[in-house]
Amino acid sequence: MKRRTMLFVPGNNPGMLISGPVLGADALIFDLEDAVAEAEKDAARLLVRNALKTLECGATERVVRINGVDTPHWRADVAAIVAKEAGAGAGTVLLPKCSTPADVALVAEALSAEEKRAGRADGEVRLLALLESALGIENAFAVATCSPRVSGLFLGAEDLSADLGAQRTLTGEEIAYARGRVVVAAKAARVDAIDTPFTVVDDLENLERDAQLGRRMGFDGKAVISPQHVRIVNRVYSPSDKEIAWAEKIRAAMQRATAEGKGAFSVDGSMVDGPIVKRALRILQTAGRLNQEADGLREE
Amino acid sequence: MRIAKPTVQPIVKPSMAGSLESNDCLVSLHPLAKEELREGEEVRVEVDSIVQIQFGAQIEATARDVLARFGLTRVLVRIQDKGALDCTLRARLEAAVLRAGGDDHEA
Repeated sequence: MKRRTMLFVPGNNPGMLISGPVLGADALIFDLEDAVAEAEKDAARLLVRNALKTLECGATERVVRINGVDTPHWRADVAAIVAKEAGAGAGTVLLPKCSTPADVALVAEALSAEEKRAGRADGEVRLLALLESALGIENAFAVATCSPRVSGLFLGAEDLSADLGAQRTLTGEEIAYARGRVVVAAKAARVDAIDTPFTVVDDLENLERDAQLGRRMGFDGKAVISPQHVRIVNRVYSPSDKEIAWAEKIRAAMQRATAEGKGAFSVDGSMVDGPIVKRALRILQTAGRLNQEADGLREE
Repeated sequence: MRIAKPTVQPIVKPSMAGSLESNDCLVSLHPLAKEELREGEEVRVEVDSIVQIQFGAQIEATARDVLARFGLTRVLVRIQDKGALDCTLRARLEAAVLRAGGDDHEA
């Protein structure tokens, strides 16, 4: 599943909810948490439930950021977005302020109960853990591996910086350790790593720089808070023509070597081994040019 | 979210949900005394829409459908519509009904 761009859409804004599916993001995050005023939580929940039922999202992943488990709202959020009244419902729940495996367990249990009630398969709704506290970062690997529902770790730098007493900067030195920790934990757990959004809406130059940094570090995609960020982040997280050509060359050489019964082979004078083949296949996968069965790379 | 089984009842208090933003609608509910209703009337619906000519009747029908599903009577519904889709209109009506019932908004 591609998660190059995960676009936040305010859960109580019908205009933005309706336009969400045509904005080009790989995933839409219908937000019931920070984007919704306390007095409007009930109305937003109903609106998102109805939007999930009505909107044609195609291949776009439908994610809902519920309220945190430290609020009185999260349980009703889960019930609403899994219920029959939500049609196909949410594919993924983004759990904010996730700090421990116990937070995941609580929501996973509620999801199981609601899936059963709605006649959906147990475990159908995936979880993304939003790590935005020092404790959450410290527990990253434990959170990523505590439930089969967890499909990714998602870094939330704004709340994290507040928790750390750090000052947010455009260049992000203050979150370098957290970024690295999230990527390593996610890769070790074989789940996605999603980078924090860039929050200055009109600074597209620094947005691109920030997205490139995340991609170089190993993130699989980035959260975005503005529709105008989608095109840039999609481009940054898509393989370039040069990368695709290199990957195609590696794949062709691998197929020749396999046919000839060779274990190791070289391309353009460089030795090619397993990790390089895997990287090439991942590039082709992201570019949508992979025949998964023939190339032997499973969906992760 | 589970909706309580409908029982015919008047609403407890006035309520409101939605907004006057584009693509939204503002729904307000007001309790009516029995003597304020015309003969045979259980629910009164008033619609003011930017697409009144095209969709006014459909908006009213949706409002009556939602109220019937909750079993509500003796109520005046005012809808100021700014181009809301049916799914938005239903969400706003349901929010207003739940708020009018005196629930804690977590029903």
